[in-house]
Amino acid sequence: MLVRWKRMAVLTAAAAALSVVVASGFANAMPTRGVVASATTLKVYGFGPGDEIANTRADVATAAVGGSVDNPRGGFNDQQFLASVASGDVPDVVYLDRYKIAEYAAKGAFQPLTSCVKSQNVDLTQYRKAALNEVTYKGKLYALPEFSNQRTVIVDNNVVAAAGLKVSDLDTKNWGKLANANRKMLQKSGGQVTRIGFDPKLPEFFPLWVKANGADILSKDGLHAQLNTPKAVAALNFAYSLIQAHGGWGPFKAFRDTWDFFGAGNQVAKDQVGAWPMENFYYNTLAQVSPNVSITAMAFHNRKGGPITYFSGQGWAIPKGAKNPDLACTWMKTITDSPTWVKAAKVRLDAQKAKGRPFTGVYTANSKADVKIFQDIYQPMGKKQFDDAVTLLVNVGKYAFTIPASPAGAEFQQAWMDGVNRVLAGSQTPKQALDQAQKEAQAAIDKAAK
Amino acid sequence: MATVATTSPALGSRERVRRWASGFKERETWVAYGFIFPWFIGFSVFIAGPMIASLVLSFTDYSVIQKTNWVGTQNYRDLIHDTHVATAMKNTLVFTLLSVPLHMIVALCLALILLRIGRAAGFFRTVFYLPSMTPPVAVAILYLLLFNGSTGIVNRVLGWFGISGPFWITDPLWVKPGLALMSSWALGGTMVIYLAALRGVPQQLYEAAAMDGASAWRRFRDVTLPMISPALLFTFIIQTIYGLTEFTRVYTAFFGAGTKTNQTEAALLYAVYLFRQSFEFFHFGYASALAWLLFVVIMIITFVQMRVSKRYVFYQGDQR
Repeated sequence: MLVRWKRMAVLTAAAAALSVVVASGFANAMPTRGVVASATTLKVYGFGPGDEIANTRADVATAAVGGSVDNPRGGFNDQQFLASVASGDVPDVVYLDRYKIAEYAAKGAFQPLTSCVKSQNVDLTQYRKAALNEVTYKGKLYALPEFSNQRTVIVDNNVVAAAGLKVSDLDTKNWGKLANANRKMLQKSGGQVTRIGFDPKLPEFFPLWVKANGADILSKDGLHAQLNTPKAVAALNFAYSLIQAHGGWGPFKAFRDTWDFFGAGNQVAKDQVGAWPMENFYYNTLAQVSPNVSITAMAFHNRKGGPITYFSGQGWAIPKGAKNPDLACTWMKTITDSPTWVKAAKVRLDAQKAKGRPFTGVYTANSKADVKIFQDIYQPMGKKQFDDAVTLLVNVGKYAFTIPASPAGAEFQQAWMDGVNRVLAGSQTPKQALDQAQKEAQAAIDKAAK
Repeated sequence: MATVATTSPALGSRERVRRWASGFKERETWVAYGFIFPWFIGFSVFIAGPMIASLVLSFTDYSVIQKTNWVGTQNYRDLIHDTHVATAMKNTLVFTLLSVPLHMIVALCLALILLRIGRAAGFFRTVFYLPSMTPPVAVAILYLLLFNGSTGIVNRVLGWFGISGPFWITDPLWVKPGLALMSSWALGGTMVIYLAALRGVPQQLYEAAAMDGASAWRRFRDVTLPMISPALLFTFIIQTIYGLTEFTRVYTAFFGAGTKTNQTEAALLYAVYLFRQSFEFFHFGYASALAWLLFVVIMIITFVQMRVSKRYVFYQGDQR
C-alpha cells in the first residue's frame, strides 16, 4: 500500500512538474517569437492571401517594405483585434471596413497618419475625396482608402420590355413614375411573389434613398444623427412602398432569398427582377456566370436628376502601439498607390483572358488608378451591356457620397438598420422607427464622443 | 433549554468541520482531492476567475481599448432604461417557454417509441441522435432554407394539408415559434437520457397497474412519469438554461455576416444582444452587467424549478 501511495505521489509530482514546464515553455516561447517578429517582420492583419488583385499588390508592397511580411489568412475580426490590443501585441497595419475606422480612432486605437503622409510624401490627391472623408476624424486622417464599392441600378431589359416600359421609366429621379413601373413589373401568384419589380435594397441602401431625397443621415462632422428628418422619413416611406406593393416584406424577402445570386440561374438570367441598385462587383459576377443577359446599367439619380452613388469600402490603418509604423506606412502607401493598382489590374486581365472570362475593370478609391486602368488596361469585351456598365462605373465615382466618419460608426449603423428593419417587419411606421433610431444613434454618438 | 437551542447548531457545524478535517488522515481523501484538483484548477481559471473579473468589470466602462473608469452602478441603472434589454429578455423567455416543452415532449415521444421498437432500436437511436452532431451554424443555415416562406420544405408540407404556412423568418409573430422548432432539431441527448430512465422503470409496477385495470394512459401518467421524473427535472433545468443562453444558431441565422436583411427585433435574444454590446460596440462593462443580470435570472428560475420539483419529482427510496 505504501509503495502504491509513494508511486502515486511521484506520478502526481511528475505531472505537476510537466505542466509547469509546458506552461513555462509556452511562456518563454511566446515573447521570443514576438520579439523576433517585431524586429524584422511587418505584421499585417485583416488582408490575408486573396485573389490575383490582392496577391499582386501584396507582392509589390512586400518588395517596397524590403523585409519579411507576416500576412495571416482571414479578414479583420473585431474580437481578434481587441484580443491583440489587450495583449499589447498589436499588428503593424490593419485592413478593415472604412466605416469602422473613425470608431477605433475615437477610442485611440489607431494612429493619425499625419507623420506617415508627411515623411513618405503620400500623394493624397490621388484618392477619392469621398473615401478620404470616410477615414478622416476630427480633421485627422486615420487610414488610406483602398477598394471602392459604388452602387448603380441594374435593369433587366427583358422584364422592362415585357411590362411595356422603357428603361427611362425606371429613373430614380421620378418617384411617381418609378412606383408605377414597379407595380407593372412585379408579379404575384397565390400570395407569393414570383417577380420583383424594383427592389429598393432595404435596409442596406437606406442612406442612398435619403441622399436621393436631398438629405444626409449624419452631419459632416459625424456627431449629429439626422435620421428622422422629414426628408429621411419620406425617403423610407417611398422605398418601403416599393416593397409593400409586392404584398409586404414577408413574401418579398422569401422570394428574394430563393435567388441563385452567384450562379448561372441568377435572378437576371431568370428574369426574376425588373431592376435594383447594386454594388459594382455584381457586373463582374453577371459577366462571368451569365454573360448573355440583357441588362442596362443606370446611374442612381437624385430627385433633381443628378447622378449619385453611395460609396463604401476598406482602408488601411496603423494601430497605436504598432512596432513598425514606418514600414506600415510604406506598405499602405504602396498597396494603394496608382502604379500598384495598374499592375494588379494587368495581372487580373491576363488571368481572365486565360480563363476565357471577361474583365470588367477594377474599382478603387484611387481615382488616378481607376482612370489609368480604364485607359491602359481595360479592353472592351464586345458585349455592349457590360462595356456600358464599365464606362458608367468609371464616371459615376465623381458623384460619390459616403457616410461621414463617426465615433460610433457601428452603433450608428445598427440604429438606422434596426429602424428600417422595424418598418419592414411592420412593427413601426417609418416616422416611429426613425424617431427611435435617431434617439439611439445620437445617444451612442454622444457617449462615444465624450 | 434556551441555551441548548442556541448552542447546538454551532456545535454541529464545528463537529462537521472536525469530521471533515479528520478525513485527511485517510489516504483515500488525499487521493480523492488529487483527482478533483485538476478540475478545481480548471474551474478557478476558466470559470470562477472570469466570473469574478466580469463582476468587477460590470462596475466599469471597460472597452479594452480605452482607459477604464469605475462607474459604480451606472451600467445596472442603464439596463433599466435600455428598451432593447426588455425586448431581448422578453424574446428569450418566450423562446424558452416554447422550446423547452417542445424539446422535452418530442424527446420523450421518441424515447417511448425507441423503447418499443425492439431489435432496430440501436439503429434508430443513432439516427435520432445524428442531428445533435450537426454544427449549430449548419443548423442555422438549414433553418433558413427549411423555413423559407416561399419555397421552404416546412411550408410545402403544410401546403399538402391545405395550410398556407407563415413567413417564419420575417413575420415577428412566427420568428420565435420557428426558432423553437429549430431548437428541437438537436434533441438526441435528451432522448438518450429519457431512454435510460425509461429502461430503469421496474416492470412489475406496470404489471401491477395492468392487473388493477389501469389503461395505457394511466400507466404512463401514474407509473412512467413519476418514475422518470428525476430525469425530466434534470433535462427541464438544463434545457431552460440552454434556452436562456441560446446564441449560435440565432446569431448565425439572423445577425451574423451577410444577414443584414434578416435582422429582426423578434429574434433578438438576450445572449445575442450581450454579444453585440461587447464585441460589436465594445461596451464590455455594460455587457458584463447584462451577463450578471442573466445569471441572476437563471439562478431565480432554477431555484423556482427546484422548489416546485419537490412536489412533483419522485426519487426511489426517497433519497435525493
